[in-house]
Amino acid sequence: MLLREVAYARPASLAEALQLLAADDGARALAGGQTLINVMKARAGSPDTLVDLSDLDDLKGIELGSDGTLEIGAMTTYTEIMASSEARARPILGEVCAQIADVQVRNRGTIGGNVCTNDPTNHLPPLLAALGAQFTIAGGGGSERTVSSDDFFLGVYLTAVNTGELLTKITIPAGRNDGFAAVTLGVEGTCIASAAASLNGSVRIALGCVDAVPVVLTPASDDADAVKQAVRGASMEPPSDVHASSEYRRHLAEVLAVRAVDQARGAA
Amino acid sequence: MSATTERSITVTINGTTYEREVEARKLLIHFVRDDLDLTGSHIGCDTGNCGACSLIVDGTLVKSCMMLAVQADGSTIESVEGLADGDELDKLQQAFREHHALQCGYCTPGMLMSATALLRANPSPSEGEIRKGIQGNICRCTGYVNIVKAIQAASGQAVES
Repeated sequence: MLLREVAYARPASLAEALQLLAADDGARALAGGQTLINVMKARAGSPDTLVDLSDLDDLKGIELGSDGTLEIGAMTTYTEIMASSEARARPILGEVCAQIADVQVRNRGTIGGNVCTNDPTNHLPPLLAALGAQFTIAGGGGSERTVSSDDFFLGVYLTAVNTGELLTKITIPAGRNDGFAAVTLGVEGTCIASAAASLNGSVRIALGCVDAVPVVLTPASDDADAVKQAVRGASMEPPSDVHASSEYRRHLAEVLAVRAVDQARGAA
Repeated sequence: MSATTERSITVTINGTTYEREVEARKLLIHFVRDDLDLTGSHIGCDTGNCGACSLIVDGTLVKSCMMLAVQADGSTIESVEGLADGDELDKLQQAFREHHALQCGYCTPGMLMSATALLRANPSPSEGEIRKGIQGNICRCTGYVNIVKAIQAASGQAVES
């Protein structure tokens, strides 16, 4: 398919990438391209300029701190996360990445692209919201800020990363007791509803596909009734579409939250 | 550095190096098929679902309809044309032939590249691992059973004929 005409640059440094993004309102960062290129084909988005981040080695790789904190570069692919011995400190990351699409997509799709797209059907926004991840955003003039998942996901396809900024890394605190459950279109397809849970000190659940951003719940206990009660108490109005009615999504959210919590308990 | 709508790129495909001027908007699959006349790789869905356009770029299996040609600048690419040695089919191609792993053949180039990448990473995959390895490749004829058998056979595992 022929895309609309677009300019392309492949900067060699973060500073250069930020300059290119700031210089042009129509510029968009190109990470793995596994969403953006299809969006461009469908003319759902038509950037004037693509700033390819693939040469920015500072944005790649996974580091495990001595306290168990993981720092994952935004340009790290799903396949790299699955293969990383460091990422095994938080095994749910590799497990969920292995459920995204297929080999080819996992080879090019990146963790940063996944969360910056913030498609409500994506796997990683609810997962990272449940894990309490922090997002580091670089801006012009060497500025840098870090926001929590509660402040990062702002709306459908909308995050705290403004024009002229780039997500550089995602920081995930130590922990092991995590779970993820989803009902998908076909095995490992797009989520119809999803839930992630983390039981590290407290109970933290994030629901996907039920609102524009992950819905975070913190029930007092990991007991199934308490979890169901918390989901019901969230008074969600999930969207209806060809795959599921609003009511059915609400039902799935409850079921999946309990499954995710069960998995998290078993992962102890 | 500035952004440009056209770029000169260099890629090495199946051992041959090509240098071409391409538009930034051109998908890698169109570059390979239309500019280089390597038409073995197919375009099935054009939406990143079917896998008929799968290529191995710098050792990594990708769907070349979800990558721009300019992104492949400097890379080494393997396509289905590089599998056979002249008229001699490679092990996977031969196994596909013997186990009736294709009917219309449209998905075959992509399926062969996925199977090639799979066997490199995992020389003796289980049936489940094979199915996971070719999950990104859709075949509408065979029901996959014979494709799985062919990949098992090519990996030296015994299969029922």
